[in-house]
Amino acid sequence: MELSGILFYLISFLIMGGIYSVICLALNMQWGFGGLFNAGIAGFYAVGAYSAAIITSANTPNHVGGFDLPIVVGLVVAGTLSGIVGWAIARICVRLKADYLAMASIGIAEIIRLAVINEEWLTNGSLGVSRIPRPLEEFFTGRESEMVFFVFVWIIVAITFWVAHRLYKSPWGRVMRAIRDNEAAAESVGKDVQSFRTQSFVIGAIFMGVAGALSAHYFKFFSPDATEPLLITFLAWVMLIAGGSGNNKGAVAGALIIWAIWSMTEIITQQLPPDWATRSSYIRMLLIGLFLQFVLQRFRAGLFPEKAPKLNVKSHG
Amino acid sequence: MMDFINFYLVPGITLGAIYALGAVGVSMIFGILRFAHFAHGDLMTVGAYFALSAVWLLGIPALAAIPIAVALTCLVALFADRAFYKPLRQLPTIYTVIASFGVALIFRSVVQLFWGTESQVYSVGFQKPIVLFDSLRIATRHIQIILATAGITLVLHWFLHHTQMGKTMRAVSDDPALASVAGLDPEKTIRWTWIIGAGLAAIAGVFVGLDTDVHTMMGWNLLLPMFAAALLGGIGKPLGAIAGGLIIGIAEEICTYPFFGESLISPSYKSAIAFVIMLLILIFRPRGLFKGRLL
Repeated sequence: MELSGILFYLISFLIMGGIYSVICLALNMQWGFGGLFNAGIAGFYAVGAYSAAIITSANTPNHVGGFDLPIVVGLVVAGTLSGIVGWAIARICVRLKADYLAMASIGIAEIIRLAVINEEWLTNGSLGVSRIPRPLEEFFTGRESEMVFFVFVWIIVAITFWVAHRLYKSPWGRVMRAIRDNEAAAESVGKDVQSFRTQSFVIGAIFMGVAGALSAHYFKFFSPDATEPLLITFLAWVMLIAGGSGNNKGAVAGALIIWAIWSMTEIITQQLPPDWATRSSYIRMLLIGLFLQFVLQRFRAGLFPEKAPKLNVKSHG
Repeated sequence: MMDFINFYLVPGITLGAIYALGAVGVSMIFGILRFAHFAHGDLMTVGAYFALSAVWLLGIPALAAIPIAVALTCLVALFADRAFYKPLRQLPTIYTVIASFGVALIFRSVVQLFWGTESQVYSVGFQKPIVLFDSLRIATRHIQIILATAGITLVLHWFLHHTQMGKTMRAVSDDPALASVAGLDPEKTIRWTWIIGAGLAAIAGVFVGLDTDVHTMMGWNLLLPMFAAALLGGIGKPLGAIAGGLIIGIAEEICTYPFFGESLISPSYKSAIAFVIMLLILIFRPRGLFKGRLL
C-alpha cells in the first residue's frame, strides 16, 4: 500500500512535470532560440486551456458549448488560437528591442485574464468550466485513468521535444541563433529578422496553448485561479534558466528538477505549525525569487549549457 | 456635466497623477539603465507599506509619513541595484529584465511575509468633500494628490534642467557613449536615477493607499499602465512620462462615462485601455509623443 501510494504520487508529479516540460520547451523556442522575452506565458496557457475545455466538454447551459468533440480536436484548436494571439502580438513588437515585447506580453496576459473573468457567456466567469474529459475516460477510472493520462502527457512532451530538437538543428534554428547573437550580422546576409522572430514566437505560443489544454484535461476543471501568473510564468522562467536556455534537454531537466524542489518545499512546509503554514507560501516564493537571482548571476548557462550543433561544412579544395 | 467632472474627470486626473509618478521612474530607468524595470510596481507597494508602518508606529497622518517611506524605499532600491542588477550590468540588458521580474516577486513576498495579505487603510472614517462653486465637489485626498503631483513636476523640471546631475542624466539618457567620453560618472548617475525613481514610486504608493487602500498586489496591478505611460511620453523623457500618465489615467476613467446613454466600455475592462494605448503607440509612434529614445 505504502509503495503504491508513492508510485501514484510519483505519477502525479510526473504529469505536472510533463506539463511544465511542454511550457519550458515552448519558452525555449522563444527565449532560448530567439532571445524573445515573454512575460505573459500564463495568458497563452489560459487561451489553450479554455479552448480545449470548451471544445471537449459536454454541452452545458453555463457557457458557450461545450461541443463534446474529441480531445485531439481540442488540442489543435488550443494550439491554433494561442498561436494566433502570439502572432498578433509578435507582429507589433518584434521589430523593437526585446523589452518592448516583454512589456506588451504582460498586457496580453492581463487582457486575457480580464476577458476570462468577465465574459461569462464564453468561460462561465470565475465559476470556471467543469466536466472536462480525460482521454480514454470511458475505459479507465480512478488511478488507471491517471496512468493513462501520464502516458498521454509524456507522448505530447515527446512530440514537443522532437519538434524543438528538429527546429534547433535545422537551418531555421541556425538562423534564429544568428539573429539572437548578432542581429545586424544576420540581417546583413539577407535574413528577414522580423519574420524569423515572429515565427519562433508563434511556434512557442502554440505549445504554450497545448500545455494549457493538457492541464485543463488533467484537472477536469478550469477557472481563472488556475492561470496565476506566478505559478505559470515565473516558475517556467526559473525552470528554463536553471535547466539551460537554448538546450532542449536542459528545458525538460529544469522543469522536472524545479518542479521537484517546488513540490518538496510544499511537503516540508506542511509540517510547520499552523500559524506558520499560511506564511510558508510566501517563504517559498521568496526563496524561488532569490534562487532565480543566484542562477542568473552564478549559473547563467544552466545545468545543460547550450551546445550548438557542429556545422558540417565540406572544404572545397 | 458636473457629474462628469466630479465622478470621472477628477478621479481620472488623480489616477493619472499616480501613474505619472510611477512612470517617471520607469522612463528614467529605461532611458539611463536601458531596461524595463518589472519590479517598479512592487517598489511602490514597498513604499506604501513603509508609510503604513510609520502611521501605525508614530501615529502620524499618511502624508507626514511620506518622507520616511521615500527614504526607506530609496535604500531598498539602491540595495536591489547593488545586489541584483549591478552584477548583470555587462550582459545584454534582457538579463536584467529577467532579474527585475524576480525582484518583483522578492519584494512582494517579503511584504506579504511581514505585513500579511489583508487590505489596509491609512485612516478610517469619511472625509467630507470640498464644495467649490456650489456644484464642484472634490474629495480632499484628490486635491492633495493632484496638487502634490503638480509640485513634484515643477521640482523635477527644475532638477533636470538647472542642476548638474539633472543635466548629466539627460545627457546619459540621450547618448551614454558620448556621456562617458565627456567624463560623466555613470555609477553616480545610476544611483541618482534609483533615488528619484524609487522616491517617486514610494510617493505614488502612498497616494494609492490614500485614494483606495493598501494591499500587496497594488503595485503589480499598476505596472501595465505605468509602462504604457512611459512609452506614451517617450522613453527617457520624465516629463513626457508625467503627461503620459495623466492621459492614461484620464482616458481610463472617461471611457466609462455614459456619453451616449451607456458607457463606451464596460468598467471591468478599464485596465485594457492602457494596453490598447500601448499597442497603438508601439505601432504608430514607438518613440512616444515627445520624441523619446527608441531602444
